[in-house]
Amino acid sequence: MSASTQAAPTPASPHTTEKTSWIDAVVRAREVSLIGVLAVLVIAVSIAEPRFLNAQNLRDILLNVTIVGLLAVGQTIVVITRNIDLSVGSILGISAFATGIMFADHNVPIPLVFLGGILFGAFFGLINGVMVAWARVPSLVITLGTLYVIRGLDFAWAEGRQINAADMPDGFLSLATTEVLGFPVLPIFTIAAMVLVGVALGRSRMGRELYAIGSNPDAAVLAGIRVSRRVLGAFVASGAIAGLAGVLYASRYGTLDAVAGTGIELAAVSAVVVGGVAIFGGSGTVWGAALGALLLTTIRSALVILQIDPFWDQAIQGALLLAAIGLDAYLAMRLARELRKRRSANRV
Amino acid sequence: MAIRNKAFAALALTSLLGVAACGSTKEDTQKEAAATPAATEEGGAAAGGGEIKEGLKIAFLPKQINNPYFTISDKGGEDAVNAVKGEYKRVGPSDTAASSQVSYINTLTTQKQDAIVISANDANAVVPALQKAKAAGIKVVTYDSDTAPEGRDLFINQAAAEDLGRSQVQLLAKQIGPEGGEIAILSATPNATNQNTWIEFMEDELKKPEYSKFKLVKIAYGNDDDQKSFEETQGLLQAYPDLKGIISPTTVGIAAAARYLQGSDAKGKVKLTGLGTPNQLRDFVKDGTIEGFELWDPGKLGYLAGYAAAALASGTITGAEGEKFTAGDLGEREVGKNGEVLLGPPTVFDANNIDDFDF
Repeated sequence: MSASTQAAPTPASPHTTEKTSWIDAVVRAREVSLIGVLAVLVIAVSIAEPRFLNAQNLRDILLNVTIVGLLAVGQTIVVITRNIDLSVGSILGISAFATGIMFADHNVPIPLVFLGGILFGAFFGLINGVMVAWARVPSLVITLGTLYVIRGLDFAWAEGRQINAADMPDGFLSLATTEVLGFPVLPIFTIAAMVLVGVALGRSRMGRELYAIGSNPDAAVLAGIRVSRRVLGAFVASGAIAGLAGVLYASRYGTLDAVAGTGIELAAVSAVVVGGVAIFGGSGTVWGAALGALLLTTIRSALVILQIDPFWDQAIQGALLLAAIGLDAYLAMRLARELRKRRSANRV
Repeated sequence: MAIRNKAFAALALTSLLGVAACGSTKEDTQKEAAATPAATEEGGAAAGGGEIKEGLKIAFLPKQINNPYFTISDKGGEDAVNAVKGEYKRVGPSDTAASSQVSYINTLTTQKQDAIVISANDANAVVPALQKAKAAGIKVVTYDSDTAPEGRDLFINQAAAEDLGRSQVQLLAKQIGPEGGEIAILSATPNATNQNTWIEFMEDELKKPEYSKFKLVKIAYGNDDDQKSFEETQGLLQAYPDLKGIISPTTVGIAAAARYLQGSDAKGKVKLTGLGTPNQLRDFVKDGTIEGFELWDPGKLGYLAGYAAAALASGTITGAEGEKFTAGDLGEREVGKNGEVLLGPPTVFDANNIDDFDF
């Protein structure tokens, strides 16, 4: 999993042959092997069922990846620091419900609802972050706790109430159905968040510090990085993104109750892991995580299109997930070995 | 490394908690066994009276405590319990796993409720716990989803499964018109008892000669999950470009399918019907995504169940066929075969009448 060493870029040696630098790039850009796996899947499914490739289905896949992709982007920020945020599904759920309440009971204008949802999520992220950064309890335990606490608050708040499409303005609901030049609007939010976070992680000092914390927390402290503050920031960002995802969820499904987004945190974590973000921190990119989410969504869509027996659905989904990770790991390993061979050959 | 160890500790802690939870369940069972003789005596004394008693403790145990459908039905139940001056209580799980209701039944048994009104997540998983409750003198009424008959005294049936199954096919056939075509069903989970029974009657109805031009091409399962139901609807339209209609006999499924159709080219072309609540589908009926759908009134279902529980706990009925009891505004009801009480035929909601309903 740690083949993609984003954290430790290798300076290009002057005597590297053209072929080696190509392999070098591939190994570093773990995303390439993911695209390969995705291509294999799409081609295989299209041969079995040509309708898979029509425009409507591709748009549907983009729409389906919007929410889980967004959560995967947020999760990446946290996982890079050697932490995990299991509460994002619950944060999404309560933000989605808050979105519904803002429309149904208070007639809040749409832009303010977006802002409100994001702040709402950031607030819960802050609570997670404070406990993880200063209580020194592993984030797995903290966020497992807040997963239930926040969902419980959601239940208590909703009291079994359901908010329906009729309670929300058309302008908001149509976000999920509008297209710009044939491209659906909703995924643009995810793409924007991905680019923003991707650039911040890859290029800003703050972003590189997050990688440093995940690679070696003790060394990060010695290097003068304010670890607690950075980790807190990562959780706030993850919460805010989950809050945004909640608003989009409301727009997408139009029916909201207290169970919205239950269990989706596992899909986000899967996407991150499939996307090559090391679960023990320090390496990986949001591009990989987003591709991981796209791969998982494509698998789900393929199973529906191929008319798989619903009783086998989950088992096959899991098996394909394992196969994808396996293929990806194999490709990465082959390339890494090749690269090592060439490097040692160059040295001699 | 430190992190890894901590993570391990966390897992160990979680599993310990799991073990502790099992332990407490067992304890409940033992306590309850100890309490049994006393409770039975009380139950024996109760039988024979003709009037509904005051102060009866009646507990509602829905499939899922947060499910809006049960919020409405149990509100009806609360009204009934208040009307007979009883003590209303509502508990339940937040997930629909087969065994999730068992611990609630055990707790209610220990608390010596007079009656438990339950909608079973699984027809068999709750039976042993309910039998223990019955042995302790507690009356058991099922509503919405029945258990095996040995687990309860009465079942309040929202609508005969046969009526519901057949009428949904009739509703869709009327919307599509005589030329017929391919239709599909979007159900809840593959194991859902209610839906599977209705689907059997739908398939049987489709065998009639007047539906010879209709063809059921697929039964898809949305698992009562918004996202999954959404994706399954996409899949149906992809896989069957000539699809003429979808029946979704579940409130989550029909809303998700409507939301998908609303934003797709198939809106109005692919007819959608099934079971849903008026509030949930109002928007879709008004914009033409759905022409009409049906449901019983869940509030009345809970109301009837509340009265039935009070009558049983007061000893005015025992659950035998032919017995009669008064259910407030609903008037007199008779116990039918297999201890079933029928609520009545479903209501069809369309653009003309949907604004008369608020649930």
